[in-house]
Amino acid sequence: MKPVAFKYDAAVSVSDGCGALRDGANAKLIAGGQSLGPMLNLRLVRPGSLLDVSTLPEIREANETEAGVVIGAAITHAEIEDGAVRDPTGGWLRAAAANIAHRGVRNRGTIGGSLAHADPAADWVIVMTGLGASVTLEGPSGRRDVPMSDFVIGPFETALSPDEILVSVFVPKPAKDTRWGYWKYMRQVGEFAKASATVLINSEAGASRIALGALGQQPIILSSDVAEKVIGERMEVREALHDAFNAAGLPAEPENLALHITAVHRALAIAHADNN
Amino acid sequence: MCRANIVMPVLPQMGFSVLTDSTTQDAARHKGVGASTRRHEDDRYLRGRGRFVGDIRRAGMLDMAFVRSPLAHASIRSITKPDANSLRSVEGVYVAADLTGVTGIVANSALPGFQASVQPILADSKVRHVGEPIVACLAQTRAAAEDLAEAVQVDLDEIAAVVEMTTALDPEMPLLHDHWVQNAFLETRTDINFENAIAGAAAVVKKSYRTARQCMAPIEGRGCVAEWDRHLEQLTIHSATQMPHIVRSGLAECLGLDHAQVRIIAPDVGGGFGYKGILLAEEVCAGFLAMKLDRPIRWLEDRREHLTGGANCREHTYEITGYAAADGEILAVDCDALVDSGAYSSYPFSACLEAAQVTSILPGPYRMRGFRCKATAVATNKPPILPFRGVARTGVCFAMELVMDALAGELGMSPEAIRERNLVPATDMPFTNITNKFFDSGDYPQALSKTVEAIDVAAVRARQKLATGRKRIGLGFAIFCEQGAHGTSVYHGWGIPMVPGFEQATARLTPDGWLEVRVGVHSHGQGLETTLAQIANEELGVDPEKVRVVHGDTAYTPYSTGTWGSRCAVMAGGAVGTASAEVGDRVRAIAAHLLQARAEDIVLADGAAYAGTAKVSLEEVARTWYRQPQLLPASVDPHGLEATVGYRTTPDTGTFSYACHAVVVEVDMDLGQVDLLDYVIVEDAGVMINPMIVDGQVLGGVVQGIGTALFEEMPFDGSGQPLASTLADYHLPVAADIPPIRIIHMETPSPLSRYGQKGIGESGAIGPPAAIANAVNDALRDIGAEVTEVPMTPERVLKVIARAEAKSREAVS
Ligand SMILES: Cc1cc2nc3c(=O)[nH]c(=O)nc-3n(C[C@H](O)[C@H](O)[C@H](O)COP(=O)(O)OP(=O)(O)OC[C@H]3O[C@@H](n4cnc5c(N)ncnc54)[C@H](O)[C@@H]3O)c2cc1C
Repeated sequence: MKPVAFKYDAAVSVSDGCGALRDGANAKLIAGGQSLGPMLNLRLVRPGSLLDVSTLPEIREANETEAGVVIGAAITHAEIEDGAVRDPTGGWLRAAAANIAHRGVRNRGTIGGSLAHADPAADWVIVMTGLGASVTLEGPSGRRDVPMSDFVIGPFETALSPDEILVSVFVPKPAKDTRWGYWKYMRQVGEFAKASATVLINSEAGASRIALGALGQQPIILSSDVAEKVIGERMEVREALHDAFNAAGLPAEPENLALHITAVHRALAIAHADNN
Repeated sequence: MCRANIVMPVLPQMGFSVLTDSTTQDAARHKGVGASTRRHEDDRYLRGRGRFVGDIRRAGMLDMAFVRSPLAHASIRSITKPDANSLRSVEGVYVAADLTGVTGIVANSALPGFQASVQPILADSKVRHVGEPIVACLAQTRAAAEDLAEAVQVDLDEIAAVVEMTTALDPEMPLLHDHWVQNAFLETRTDINFENAIAGAAAVVKKSYRTARQCMAPIEGRGCVAEWDRHLEQLTIHSATQMPHIVRSGLAECLGLDHAQVRIIAPDVGGGFGYKGILLAEEVCAGFLAMKLDRPIRWLEDRREHLTGGANCREHTYEITGYAAADGEILAVDCDALVDSGAYSSYPFSACLEAAQVTSILPGPYRMRGFRCKATAVATNKPPILPFRGVARTGVCFAMELVMDALAGELGMSPEAIRERNLVPATDMPFTNITNKFFDSGDYPQALSKTVEAIDVAAVRARQKLATGRKRIGLGFAIFCEQGAHGTSVYHGWGIPMVPGFEQATARLTPDGWLEVRVGVHSHGQGLETTLAQIANEELGVDPEKVRVVHGDTAYTPYSTGTWGSRCAVMAGGAVGTASAEVGDRVRAIAAHLLQARAEDIVLADGAAYAGTAKVSLEEVARTWYRQPQLLPASVDPHGLEATVGYRTTPDTGTFSYACHAVVVEVDMDLGQVDLLDYVIVEDAGVMINPMIVDGQVLGGVVQGIGTALFEEMPFDGSGQPLASTLADYHLPVAADIPPIRIIHMETPSPLSRYGQKGIGESGAIGPPAAIANAVNDALRDIGAEVTEVPMTPERVLKVIARAEAKSREAVS
């Protein structure tokens, strides 16, 4: 399959790009092309023009602040994996990046492209949600910051408006003594996850968080109260997930829950063993 | 990450004369039969210099794309071609009615009761599977051809689709082909002493098994570039095929041309596995349009076309019952098998080969007293089915080997013990089995005992006892034999468009002392350019580096049915050996004259002819014949240094290679995930021409077998829509899925073949589903769960675990 004919331009700046998105006939951004490419070939998307943001300097940088690190949207998975970008978590991001797809995909695929694409099974979607990250979006009317929990609003659906560009992701530095566990189930190396979970343990600050991904929709974040109970083994994972699935309107039959329960158990085990 | 790890213990050559008798050759420099020389062809492959159909460009060439059926079963109400003015670069839109004088593809079998089908080149009145070509669109580029295809309007009237083979024969089902009486190409039955044999059975197990529909997924898809050669007045088609001469015959028949007007060139081909063994409607269409327009036409199958519209393989069901005596002796096997053969009988193997094979090979390597089997080639609204590496053996081995384990379980025997009890013993070889298969040689029980030793059954059992949590360990075996290189006597009975006879080869010494070898088979990964050169070396002493193997062009090579049925090493190898020996005799005669010796005293080795220590090089001999004939006596053989000979084995019932597979698995009961921890294969390929290449063939086959066992499945929904359209949904095994694989060779020469070699190409793909399923069932035996279907996806494994656990909960409460 070959794509329909389209125009191709490289963006010169973010503001220029927003303008082009607003004015262009059926214009679409392309970053690494690792999700968009297959969709173009299968003619599932038929853009009039593509605007390439993958080399745009403004979104290719990463800056460290007191509170965390701001990672430009066009930073690739491979750059994070290789430590070319400061990892505020002391290695959790690098480890997650290293398990996305295979190296060829990581060389081109970008963190911004992954979040904007919002595949329910994507790694960055669940990891950034689990870490309490936020994204910065820029449109013709300026910039805004959106927490991950509000950014992904459905399967392949985000808070981005059609003329906005995802500029960067802010990853907060975890508090001292925080533990982390991320586990996903893939049938084969390089495949998308069938179930995933992150566990962040910081019970002293009451800031623990458990998130579940690969649900066919946006991630579920367990309430901090429930998360603390599960971590303290005062509540069965099964019970917590049963309630959370019901609340999210997802089928909560045992066979639907099983794999996700396993994911939480295994992420918990990794977090407990984490001595970061 | 690749964890493949090959251990190749050096085994003594078993009394094979060429190796043990070769006094003139230094073993270290030995390049003939038995040498693991590097593959010649890899130089161009690894440097990216191979030339595949997709690399071919022609001036004025047009790309072709097809409008394919979106429905599994429908009648065509109308087709509206787009307005040519509305589109860029329109070169043509063609429907069935435009293909004047072209006939559909017919592959009949002479077996009684066979119902014939005609596969249209472009669907005319009806479509019978999703992906069937309806309209051909030509444009300057493939993208523009696809734009054009999108603009064609096809109006279809949907008919209920026949999707599931187990219900396809119900009388209320719509018929795929109007003149048929039921949706089946053929039903075959065999009954050998069944009723008598089952008397007094101590154990009877009745099971249902199923193997999934697969795509063969060679790395290169099908494809062709068709052009009319004005000089030769020939339709020349570069085609990604493994059987160029057969494709030529099929094309000539469909296009109404003389064979002389058709030339097929199969250049480098990126894997075949059977998928490149059929004549395609797309090729016929390209050929017709190239002639009609007098322009080169190219069609390259893409992965989506391959997955959703290309021919499939493997889909079988078995209702099978095994009967055994108290001591484990198999008394009889009874089986009712279905093969989902899809919508059309494909050329040349026909829709019945696979099902009919089930009735003849199900007993495997075992003795038994009685056997009854019915196998039906069912027609459904799915793409045609083709023989894939191993053909029916992979399914048959799965059914038979699972029944063996089930019987062992009933009788409280170990899987090893029940197999040992029933394998044909070496002392009975050669052996004619219950379905009249002639096992030429081998020691099957020894293959089993070597496997038991190598996998270390005792250690695995100990380890298994320790694993009591949610991760279980299991051990599984599969043993089978594989008929290869079988010829006329086996195939004429099917009465299909292709019956192999003598295999021909040409050997020709060139004036500089190189050797050209011409064969009609095709090499596309098997390393034939290397092994055939080694055989020429064996006969002529010519350096394999100075042997050119010419293949893949009907204009340059002798007729052959091509590469299939694990036949090339035996058949093309035998033919090249015989032709080289013939040239060798003529070399000896000329050398004898030049050396003033007797021809009987001439020894050919190291690129020269020796009489004692005196020698004359092959180059000098060739130069004398071609350029200085005045030096030759009047009595010289006028046929010169070139010979074409025909070869086949006597009898031509085929060689039987065999192998025992053992695998250790870990089953994660929470995930349903099956991981392979250890894999041992004891394999007997007879005398190995190039052991390294044999290992490569076995390894590649095993990986495909692991695909069948764990990953590969082309699912269809209830309306006949294929549900995997990219490799994100159709899962192939990847490097990380492959455990360390240890191959141990036995080398029992075949008494039938020229060097004692046996066909081995398909073998690896046969054993894994059976071995792995037996291992999974072994792992889950404690909880009473049993898999009966491949691929063993996490979903399927979880389902059998959940069912078993629910049952045991019920039993407790
Ligand atoms: C074989 C394969 C396996 C994969 N496996 C995994 C996996 O295991 N886990 C995983 O998480 N991912 C996986 N992926 C997806 C991969 O991570 C992609 O790289 C990623 O989803 C998209 O990033 P991209 O830069 O390639 O974006 P593109 O494909 O270029 O774009 C994706 C979408 O995002 C939009 N977009 C891109 N950049 C921006 C921006 N700055 N602002 C707003 N919108 C933007 C585009 O318009 C498009 O709609 C896999 C991909 C492949 C091909």
